[in-house]
Amino acid sequence: MNKELIQLIDISKSFDGQMVLDELNLNIHENEFVTLLGPSGCGKTTTLRILGGFTSPDKGRVVFDGRDITQIPPNKRPLNTVFQKYALFTHMTIAENIAFGLKIKKKSKSYIDDKIRYALKLVNLDGYENRMPDSLSGGQQQRIAIARAIVNEPEVLLLDEPLGALDLKLRQEMQYELIRMKNELGITFVYVTHDQEEALTMSDTIVVMNQGYIQQIGSPESIYNEPENAFVADFIGDSNIIPATMIEDKLVSILGTRFACVDTGFGTNRPVDVVIRPEDVILVEPAEGTIQGVVSHLIFKGVHYEMEVQACGFEWLVHSTTLFPVGKEVGIRVDPFNIQIMNKPESEDEEAVIIDI
Amino acid sequence: MKTIAKRIYIALIILFLYAPIGILMVLSFNESKTRAKWGGFTFKWYIELFQNEEILRALFNTLLIALVSSLIATVIGTVACIAMTGMKRRAKSILMGITNIPMLNADIVTGISLMLLYISLGIRFGMGTILLSHITFNIPYVILSVMPRMRQLNVSTYEAALDLGSSPVYAFFKVVFPDLLPGILSGFLMAFTMSLDDFIITHFTKGVGVDTLSTKIYTEIKKGIKPEMYALSTLIFVTVLTLLVLINLSPADKKKAE
Amino acid sequence: MTSKNKWLSTPYIVWSVVFIIVPLGMILYYGLTDTTGAFTLDNITAIASAGHAKALRVSLLLSLVSTLVCFLLAYPLAMILARVQVKRHNFIILIFILPMWMNFLLRTLAWQTLLEKNGVINHVLSFLHLPALKIINTPAAIILGMVYNFLPFMVLPLYNALAKIDINVINAAHDLGANNLYTFVRIILPLSIPGIISGITMVFIPALTTFVISALLGGGKLLLIGDVIEQEFTRTSNWHLGSGLSMVLMIFILINMVLSAVFDKDGEGSML
Repeated sequence: MNKELIQLIDISKSFDGQMVLDELNLNIHENEFVTLLGPSGCGKTTTLRILGGFTSPDKGRVVFDGRDITQIPPNKRPLNTVFQKYALFTHMTIAENIAFGLKIKKKSKSYIDDKIRYALKLVNLDGYENRMPDSLSGGQQQRIAIARAIVNEPEVLLLDEPLGALDLKLRQEMQYELIRMKNELGITFVYVTHDQEEALTMSDTIVVMNQGYIQQIGSPESIYNEPENAFVADFIGDSNIIPATMIEDKLVSILGTRFACVDTGFGTNRPVDVVIRPEDVILVEPAEGTIQGVVSHLIFKGVHYEMEVQACGFEWLVHSTTLFPVGKEVGIRVDPFNIQIMNKPESEDEEAVIIDI
Repeated sequence: MKTIAKRIYIALIILFLYAPIGILMVLSFNESKTRAKWGGFTFKWYIELFQNEEILRALFNTLLIALVSSLIATVIGTVACIAMTGMKRRAKSILMGITNIPMLNADIVTGISLMLLYISLGIRFGMGTILLSHITFNIPYVILSVMPRMRQLNVSTYEAALDLGSSPVYAFFKVVFPDLLPGILSGFLMAFTMSLDDFIITHFTKGVGVDTLSTKIYTEIKKGIKPEMYALSTLIFVTVLTLLVLINLSPADKKKAE
Repeated sequence: MTSKNKWLSTPYIVWSVVFIIVPLGMILYYGLTDTTGAFTLDNITAIASAGHAKALRVSLLLSLVSTLVCFLLAYPLAMILARVQVKRHNFIILIFILPMWMNFLLRTLAWQTLLEKNGVINHVLSFLHLPALKIINTPAAIILGMVYNFLPFMVLPLYNALAKIDINVINAAHDLGANNLYTFVRIILPLSIPGIISGITMVFIPALTTFVISALLGGGKLLLIGDVIEQEFTRTSNWHLGSGLSMVLMIFILINMVLSAVFDKDGEGSML
């Protein structure tokens, strides 16, 4: 792992009597693409704003490269921010927007001109120097906002849901652009989003947050394959979360039937939650399955079929490229490796979010 | 430290704004007629106020003119806004430009021009001409209040109403109009305020025999203002203040304010 | 909708033509003719005559100073108010509109009481053993009266324009390294220009053309262009001269309108 660049130590913050962050601790490494992921109100934007210096924490410290920067105002921090709604200076041209930070640093005119050209090239908007922000589309404005920030060569770039207002195709393009830029510039990205696909696509590390608490930190694969609690399992991707009993190491009883699994250390005869991803549920002939059920719903999703199977009193979500019609009796098998054991939620923030329809 | 400086600054400005009003209120209780000396506390000016027919008549005229002219201006102005949204860009800009003229123009020019108009049309000066003049300078305030709300209107709610079977007129009154209402009300209030306080335009278009509060005060300046006037303005101020406090405390408007 | 539109727009079109356009035309007519009805430019050139020119100069000076003072007082105030929470928005506007419900003449008259030789302020000052204020019946008093009456008209458009600036734009400026002063000069000030133009418009023209404030606070010693025009209409009944002089005023008003149109195209600097 690269060296630790930023440490958030015991950060607490309340707004209007409501606690938004409660003794948050987080380390960010050099050259990392870190995503703060979570639903609205989970505290991710507040965390970003504390990093940027736009809000002060009530308690706790922000340490950057060994220096305590908690009291330092935003204009003196070696970080730059890309804002959600771009926050471009509408009364200045694109070139003036990009040059803003450089002029403050009193760079020479030729240096600034070079940098503007380089930045516009980097975001694929060559020749836009003399345009006004209002004449650009949302996607273009977003890229200018990015250009304006990176041109100052910050050590860390903070991005607050920058792709939210873009349509799907453009968003996907920009995601690849951002990764490319990060690799080309070699700087640390701290990215905030509520879109888990975005987080999975771009990040080196994902920090899943809910209600002001960090739920899990890990690589996209580990977050996806090995969620540590119901919230993470439910928030990232689709999942089947089933109450179960851990009989002993590597053996769990799900809905009354024993399944072999690979997790250890969850105790003996303890109630636990089990997570199985829909694509890991294998449908077979009833006789070949560990448990049996009936297909209750079928939707064609393009990439795969999505089916719901009623088995042992639980509605299993199944993704498969093979079609099983509604009403068919099927058997269910799961590879032990794909059964993820989690402890029961210990607090409200660890629970899966229930949506009332 | 910065916050204290800000607070002091605001306090000073508010002091500046309300100092003369405070003086007027104090003077209304002053026994002695002269402004310079304090002669003792008294209510007598308030009593004399209600017996002074001239002042009461002027007050009545002022309120009547303000109310009627604001109402008419609100109707004309709102209709004009609706009409303008359906206009072509060119015509709309021209009409909006004309609308701005009374606001950007000096009161004295507006007053004089209207006076010349009435004379050449042979209209007799009096309440009627004052009313016409007030409506004229009130309409722009209404339009400027309602237009922004028209721009913000959600066309889809109107279309939803049509989709559900209502006629355009019904849809307008049930859906569009309530949306416009805050703008219409604030336009009405601005017009009312402007009309109440107007002096210059009324001065030129009233002729002899009719007075509003402003013109009555003007005639009295040379002779010396009757203390009943101080009593009257204190009463007006307190009334308005009470109304505003009530409005601000009422929960319905608290929601509106958010 | 089009034929209905014509029906809807007619009342206002008729009204504005009759009561706005035609009256202005009448001023033009009277201003450009003499008592016999013949065409003449004398009414306009009369502005150059000694008395009138002086009145215009004085008026310009006083109104420019008043506008400047209003601006300097109002801008910091508007900046402070703009950062107050949105909930208080209506309350703030009301605080500034409320004095307008007290009669304009009486408010100005009350300043006489405050500023007089034996007035309230001097009473307080002598109590504190400070020198007396001698500004009644001087141009300074007139400026004070103008600033007092027109301050709300400068504050409100400024407040509206400043409140509209997205806080993240200011944050972005800080983020890119700007301190408060730099942010103010390069970002806040330029973005508030529509409000500044609107405020100046709403103060300069009334200040230039008023005739009451000078009478009440200037002791009648100083004749403003507004006084001159008013007298031509009410005392000497020389409407032609009065109209001609008004036309000169209208030049300033026109310049103002053009500036407004150039700098504030979208009407963002409105009072409401």
